[in-house]
Amino acid sequence: MTLFGYRIPMMASLLVWCVLWEIVGRLDLVFLLPPLSEVLSAAVGLVQTPSWQSATVTTLRAFFTGMVLSIVIGVPLGILMGRVKIADDLLGMWVNIFSSAPLSALVPVLMILFGFGERTIVAAVFLFAIWIIVLDTRAGVRHISPSLIEMARSYGASRRALYLKIILWAALPEILAGIRLGLIRGVKGVVIGQLLVAIVGYGALFETFSRNFRMAEFWALTIILFAFALLIAELIERAEAKVEYYAGARQ
Amino acid sequence: MPAPIDQIVAVRGISKSYGSTEALRGIDLDFPRGKLTSLLGPSGCGKTTLLKIIAGLIKADAGTIAIDGKVVSAPGPERAFVFQDFALMPWATALRNVAFGLELRGKAKAEREDIARHYIAEVGLAGFEGKYPHQLSGGMRQRVGLARALSVDADVLLLDEPFSAVDEQNRRKFQEDLIRLRSNQNKTFIFVTHSIEEAVYISDRIVLLSPRPGRVSQIIEPEIDRSGDPDLIHRDKHYLDTVQEIWQGLKQYAE
Repeated sequence: MTLFGYRIPMMASLLVWCVLWEIVGRLDLVFLLPPLSEVLSAAVGLVQTPSWQSATVTTLRAFFTGMVLSIVIGVPLGILMGRVKIADDLLGMWVNIFSSAPLSALVPVLMILFGFGERTIVAAVFLFAIWIIVLDTRAGVRHISPSLIEMARSYGASRRALYLKIILWAALPEILAGIRLGLIRGVKGVVIGQLLVAIVGYGALFETFSRNFRMAEFWALTIILFAFALLIAELIERAEAKVEYYAGARQ
Repeated sequence: MPAPIDQIVAVRGISKSYGSTEALRGIDLDFPRGKLTSLLGPSGCGKTTLLKIIAGLIKADAGTIAIDGKVVSAPGPERAFVFQDFALMPWATALRNVAFGLELRGKAKAEREDIARHYIAEVGLAGFEGKYPHQLSGGMRQRVGLARALSVDADVLLLDEPFSAVDEQNRRKFQEDLIRLRSNQNKTFIFVTHSIEEAVYISDRIVLLSPRPGRVSQIIEPEIDRSGDPDLIHRDKHYLDTVQEIWQGLKQYAE
């Protein structure tokens, strides 16, 4: 961004919005919006409370369990769909429907299936994250150059070697892109799941804060969540950049 | 049925159709050991299909392929393939790419890398072992592909238009190197090309295929002395006559 010919760093626009928030908050126009400084000091206080710490552990545990499940199931499923036509015909429709459906509507069903606890949250993360991982893995496998597969066959690759040494690697850039998008969706899943269940982790905290109009803490928790989601996406993007090193040069 | 010349590859009655398109019809061919035979013809004559059937990568509808008298229907260690688009693993160094055939055969890492280094030097790429394919030019990538095929020590090398994705200067250099390699490797080469000049320049034997359906139309054995300066071959009278003769035969298929 440039202003009057000067280059303004990206963070500068964020600063403008922070100042604006502070002013609006101080004017006391809307009681829902306390000044940013108050929110930040609430955040400092919040992270020291045992309730936040245990909620964070619960949330992270559910998030990572759900993500590991969706990667461990999603990647092989995507590879299967990319390689076997009948599997693609059978599953393709459902994967496409689920990847674009408003999944929040299904979380109450998960509650009936898995109860009002952590298992529902794990299921929500899984449900939100897996489809894009399947779709991207499938696309990656589909794009593998046929001659690379012929090469492996002509040099006597076993089926196992073909998958582990060629297919998985050749599709890796798309698989990682799928996992990155899946992680972002998984954050949505954990938040929506917890909000709906409302007695687990951050959901319980949000419930408490909003019900008692503790807005500073409410916003602090929101900011912490956003920061977490951005951090995760950034970490995966770094890993992708390493893989892009060859992906951009693929034949 | 003892053949007067030692034939390493025997193609008998090979036919192949793709849907209603007949790609190959009743191909009978023998490939003499230690020679370089080219499959030459216009596009659509099924030369690459025939090569891939010999490689065991495509199943024929009818007919058999025998290597040293043994009928084969799948890829085997006695054949190695060089691909038109190189088929290198972009995530692996030149060294690992060259050693990959041996890696699949379970050879120990140190041993296979020694062999790979030897053949990388053999194709003129010493010093590029640690480079990734995208850091190499098209010609260098194909040299990696060739080194990979040499390193598995197969008797028969199958080359599918290996120079078609390589620029002209590098192609000329590569063809010269291939003549040299052929004389000191004692392997049988089967070489698919659509370039008449290339076929005449490098081949002991040229099999002309005619299109739709692909059949053997003529077999030519250019008697060209390749022991001297490779540049002289291009001015050799016999070379020029053979090119002309093949062109007269293929002219009718040009659009």
